[in-house]
Amino acid sequence: MSDHMFDEMYGTTEPGKGEIRGAYSGYCEWLDEQEPEYLRRKQRDADREFRRTGITFNVYGEDDAEERLIPFDTVPRIITGSEWRRLSKGIEQRVRALNAFMHDLYHRQEIIRSGRLPQRLFRDNVAWLPHMVGFTPPGGVYTHIVGIDLVRTGPDEFMVLEDNARTPSGVSYMLENRETMMAMFPDLFTQVQVRPVANYPRRLAKSLAACAPPAASDKPVVAVLTPGIYNSAYFEHAFLADQMGAELVEGSDLRVIDGRVAMRTTRGYEPIDVIYRRVDDDYLDPLTFNPNSVLGIPGIMDVYRAGGVTIANAPGTGISDDKAIYSFMSEIVEFYTGEKPLLPNVETWRCAEADSLKYVLDNLAELVVKEVHGSGGYGMLIGPTSSKKEISTFRRKLEANPENYIAQPTLSLSTVPIFQKSGLAPRHVDLRPYVLVSPDGVDITPGGLTRVAMKKGSLVVNSSQGGGTKDTWVLDD
Amino acid sequence: MLGRTAHGIHWMFRYLERAENTVRLLDAGFHMALTRDLVTSEEEWRSVIQTAGLKADYEKANATYSGIQVWNFVLRDKANPLSVMDMIDNCRTNARLARNAISEELWEGLNVAWMEIKELFSRPISQRNLGDALALVRNAGTLVQGSLEGTMLRDEGYAFARAGTFIERADNTARILDIKYYLLLPSLAHVGSSLDTGQWDTVLRSVSGDRAYRFLNAARIDSRGIMEFLILDDRFPRSLAFCYSELQDNLAELARLHGAEGECSALMRDAGQKLSETSIEDILDTGLHDFLLGFIAQNSAIAGAFAEDYRFVS
Repeated sequence: MSDHMFDEMYGTTEPGKGEIRGAYSGYCEWLDEQEPEYLRRKQRDADREFRRTGITFNVYGEDDAEERLIPFDTVPRIITGSEWRRLSKGIEQRVRALNAFMHDLYHRQEIIRSGRLPQRLFRDNVAWLPHMVGFTPPGGVYTHIVGIDLVRTGPDEFMVLEDNARTPSGVSYMLENRETMMAMFPDLFTQVQVRPVANYPRRLAKSLAACAPPAASDKPVVAVLTPGIYNSAYFEHAFLADQMGAELVEGSDLRVIDGRVAMRTTRGYEPIDVIYRRVDDDYLDPLTFNPNSVLGIPGIMDVYRAGGVTIANAPGTGISDDKAIYSFMSEIVEFYTGEKPLLPNVETWRCAEADSLKYVLDNLAELVVKEVHGSGGYGMLIGPTSSKKEISTFRRKLEANPENYIAQPTLSLSTVPIFQKSGLAPRHVDLRPYVLVSPDGVDITPGGLTRVAMKKGSLVVNSSQGGGTKDTWVLDD
Repeated sequence: MLGRTAHGIHWMFRYLERAENTVRLLDAGFHMALTRDLVTSEEEWRSVIQTAGLKADYEKANATYSGIQVWNFVLRDKANPLSVMDMIDNCRTNARLARNAISEELWEGLNVAWMEIKELFSRPISQRNLGDALALVRNAGTLVQGSLEGTMLRDEGYAFARAGTFIERADNTARILDIKYYLLLPSLAHVGSSLDTGQWDTVLRSVSGDRAYRFLNAARIDSRGIMEFLILDDRFPRSLAFCYSELQDNLAELARLHGAEGECSALMRDAGQKLSETSIEDILDTGLHDFLLGFIAQNSAIAGAFAEDYRFVS
């Protein structure tokens, strides 16, 4: 691996060798005319703006349950219109395949009968829900909202790192980052034509309403279900409910009455048609899943199966963003669409398979090893930045339970500069576009959330581990 | 609107009002103490703690009554079960609960005020910055009430907010009057003496009514006039009569929006009628203390029925 990476603004991180790439030409022209002190002040203004609006998240396990800000960087991440068109075709193909896959898994299981996918992948999988077998959700939609995590390693090399098909978060940052950039630098947006993202909540409301269950009225009632004020993403739940004009409900507001899910309003109980839930499957229905849960609504699964309510995303979709399933995504895409995948996966070794395990054990120092069910950047090994001791500790965990892990090469993730006191400095980024699925089609908001590792050389972009965000522009060209 | 959301908006405004009134009380105490010798000023601070209902908690944590101890206890001490900082925290937590039912300006106004107060209250408040600390809380109240007026949809959310403000304010004014009166009893014999006048001035200051009262009464300070002003004068926005007239309007508006009256409307009507037919002579005949105790109990009965009628909790 060379020391220099692909930088999206300059082409390379090698000092003095870069040349401004097309996507950034408009921005850099503007940037050249700005005083450094002005930019520094604006960076501080942006932080204040985020605090003011209360865009904070809570970190689990911290003493004071202190609300924290996700660092925001004022240098945008820019994608050209033609790059985006190519990306969105690949994303749409993938999301359609994911939905078809979910339907198949919970019905005839053709993909397993055909021998393309081993049965063990879902037989023992905790995300597999027997309650969904033989049931088709309203409109045939399983994954109403999907976040596809993309990484880039070169001018034309985009890859999918992860499919988030449970309750992908972060979309409020996509919206607020743009709001903030427009408030900070209005002149910039008159010089560079950027495709808007602000209508996402309206599109989300429309997409959810289009998936209303048979029992719904003409004007479906939509509610966002949150675990409550102490959840790390509470701000986002409240934000989306507010922007959609939907109710923000907790489990304790809901109960099943006359075959419908109803919320306790100031006028009494009123039915809900579509629940955009931001709780895990386990916390949906204590009768079905977790008898100890205080967060769920007893009986909601029976109402769901009888067509009395839509749950978005459908219960049981977690199985499709499992990392072992991920490693089969190109087979899955081909099986259901009859086409080659337009967006490749990152090469992945399944440690459950003997040959792969041997390779992974022999090359631990060069690889990234992840837990199959893990998320948030926890429980993983990044070989090249780990000590000998960390690697040998991890080796023992891996040998004891190989089917719990997959491995991937350490990628030279692309960089985009961040703004620092001393000037611009390259940092690694990824991209999470947000995809809405309804019977009306697949709707992708141009751009998404760019997460950036704020520490020099770091590849971990997760906000729980100090990652920041950037506004993501898709040029209107 | 969800019952839980209505509960959130309502309590957001109750806590805000309570914080504001507590700060007024400190402000009046501070003003009084500055114009007194050491012994009387200690008495004044003792009276502030009593009026705030904090005597037992305060004496558990402090052996003496000095100004700096008292205001730090009331404003920010962890040994105080409900400091002004706690009230502001609770106000904001309730606003977060009701976040999708309040306007963005209202939320941001409160959130910014909360950040400033938290910052200033994170260290002990000295005599030098007490004025700033008190002003910050009072301004937060003004700002939030202003954004409510200027930006909130006039639907049930607005009525829940206003009802919260006036239930709390009526309660607070009644309590301040009750305890101040009790503390002043020994001096009532010297009607017209300068101490007496000064003390009654603090009562007015505690509810920011000193200027308004003087404007209406040409500087004549007497206890009966002040009682009448704070209880029955419906021109003064912190009097019991004013609070009840506003509360009655907001409950009527909710009944109209819901197409039905609840238990609280009946209680309110009775209470409103009774108050409007009461004269200061009647109150003095009953005894001020008994009158105010009755008022506070009735107020909390209305608040309880209100929470029940609008399904604040399941």
